[in-house]
Amino acid sequence: MAIITYRDALNQALREEMQRDARVFLMGEEVGVYQGAYKVSKGLLQEFGEMRVVDTPITELGFAGVGVGAAMVGLRPIIEFMTWNFALLAMDQVVNAAAKMLYMSGGQFNIPMVFRGPNGAALQLGAQHSQAWESWLAHIPGLKVVAPGTPYDAKGLLKAAIRDDNPVCVLEGEMLYNNKGEVPDGEYIVPLGVADLKRVGEHCTIVTWGKQVLVAMAAADQLAKDGITVDVVDLRSIRPLDERAIIDSVRKTNRCVVLEEGWYFAGVGAQITDLVQRECFDDLDSPVIRVTQADAPMPYAKGLEKAAKADMPKTIAAVRRALYLD
Amino acid sequence: MAKRTPAAKTSPKPAASAPAGDAERTLHLTLLRSMLLQRRFEERCAEAYAIGRIGGFCHLYIGQEAVSTGTLSHLRPDDYMITTYRDHGQALARGITPRAVMAELFGRIDGCAGGKGGSMHMFDKATGFLGGHGIVGGHLPIATGVGFAIKYRGGDQVICCFFGEAAVNNGAFHEALNMAALWKLPVLFIIENNRYGMGTSVERASAINDIYERAASYSMHRAMVDGQDVLAVRSAIEEAVGRARTDQSPTLLEMRTYRFMGHSMSDAASGTYRSKAELDEYLKRDPIALLRAHMEARGTLTEQVMQDMDTEIKAIVQDAWDFAEASPEPPLEALMEHVYVDTTSDTGNTAGAWS
Repeated sequence: MAIITYRDALNQALREEMQRDARVFLMGEEVGVYQGAYKVSKGLLQEFGEMRVVDTPITELGFAGVGVGAAMVGLRPIIEFMTWNFALLAMDQVVNAAAKMLYMSGGQFNIPMVFRGPNGAALQLGAQHSQAWESWLAHIPGLKVVAPGTPYDAKGLLKAAIRDDNPVCVLEGEMLYNNKGEVPDGEYIVPLGVADLKRVGEHCTIVTWGKQVLVAMAAADQLAKDGITVDVVDLRSIRPLDERAIIDSVRKTNRCVVLEEGWYFAGVGAQITDLVQRECFDDLDSPVIRVTQADAPMPYAKGLEKAAKADMPKTIAAVRRALYLD
Repeated sequence: MAKRTPAAKTSPKPAASAPAGDAERTLHLTLLRSMLLQRRFEERCAEAYAIGRIGGFCHLYIGQEAVSTGTLSHLRPDDYMITTYRDHGQALARGITPRAVMAELFGRIDGCAGGKGGSMHMFDKATGFLGGHGIVGGHLPIATGVGFAIKYRGGDQVICCFFGEAAVNNGAFHEALNMAALWKLPVLFIIENNRYGMGTSVERASAINDIYERAASYSMHRAMVDGQDVLAVRSAIEEAVGRARTDQSPTLLEMRTYRFMGHSMSDAASGTYRSKAELDEYLKRDPIALLRAHMEARGTLTEQVMQDMDTEIKAIVQDAWDFAEASPEPPLEALMEHVYVDTTSDTGNTAGAWS
């Protein structure tokens, strides 16, 4: 078991899947000569050549569509968005083409492709570079959406996404790329749609995913000092959603906090809250509480940005509120 | 490199002394038949729409048949094509059966997309028909991607991508053409310039009126073609396909054509944004009448042959209607089918055997 970074875990996944399948190629801005804006694709151009590691012009709509076209006729594209913020320009291809082609064609054309890149806020990047899009993407039937929080999950989920015969959106985190964690030496896959109970406790459930898993784990450590133990349910996949994992945990702890990076209104947390109130109505000892980004564009100023983010203190406060401690 | 053909391409004129041979007669009859099938088929579509057999949006192709026939008659079975929501005629010209197209329009299970696509979304994997697409310009990058895949696999196929002249004003057009030219991909971008993007004329929408010149921005081969002359279309396509197959370079062809009907079924053929006089002028250049006249002049078509062909085609279209009407509606279980496939690539492909 090696300790490697989230970045290297993704790099291993790309390399292994490209070695495994000649139909898999990587395309996006700066993925080749530059070695990736975040160095996720380091060394791949040298190993696989420019037909399989393709630098594009800055043309998100265009190269997302190129991926869809290639997928329609048998290739398995991995489209890298330098960040998901830029993918807004490509949304017509993601939503109207990739997600719907199978359905519109009556089952004739599936789209085995991956859209991937960093999602959400980093540090002081301002309003246009600090957005978490999972609620947009997960809203669309036909798309799968995953958000790994650890190097282990990053590698296993990306490999599963590349092998999946549907379009899969992989939401990475700029603040996660340098994080280290244990990754097995051999081949493994993390199946899509299977959550992971990252921490076992008894007083409350925190449901989360992606980089917020780290926030939840830190909050759990702090809460433990006061004798409060929590389940941390890391969804890993937002769609398909592992409903069973959420229900089982909430039925055990009887309380639920949903922690997400994005905005409050119509966020993924609203979907999970809907599930919990339907399936765990008689089990709940307090209302489901959501921790989200402030309902405003992300500000630049340090203090304002901190105030906007769904962080550890807010998560701790939410758990304590769910326990009627404050 | 000569990339520009300034004057509109017209059909090659056979020498006056050269008598028509069997090959010419057979080819021209095939082209005539293809165009007439589209025409008669869509006349019945209008009828079916009026009585509610066809719902939703329905965009007829009548008047533009020379473009589909002239282009697709030159493709190989293993080539690809992709198009817009005005796709019935092209579906027929590519060889999807009239039954499957009509059943799709009727929303029936035997339609070429199982009743899930409808008028705007014909699909047929068997003929490389990669869909009718409903967002203007959206399918152009997809065509570039198919061209990329052809090059990736080392094949000599081509992809023909049809779109209206209004699409040249959006970003997808620019992005798709730039990459196709940059990477030298075997894509034929075919503008069907029918002069109106819905009700907005090309002069009111595009900063230049010779819109094939847009290709100059990408140093791409380009030409303007008389889109009412099926032989001119075929000749231009032959040249562009040859270039795509041999050196995998793309071409932008502007086919000057005209739709004889409104934009969709709710739009009158003339009156608001174009005059009756203008329409009448274009009706004189009906692509079917033009080929018919050419063939009669060449002695390859008689009134009797034309009548027999028309009778036969009307029967084929009636058969398609009857078939569509008899085809069941999709069962309710179909609602949730084809949202996802439940398969993964378990085997990989290290041998480069393309599926």
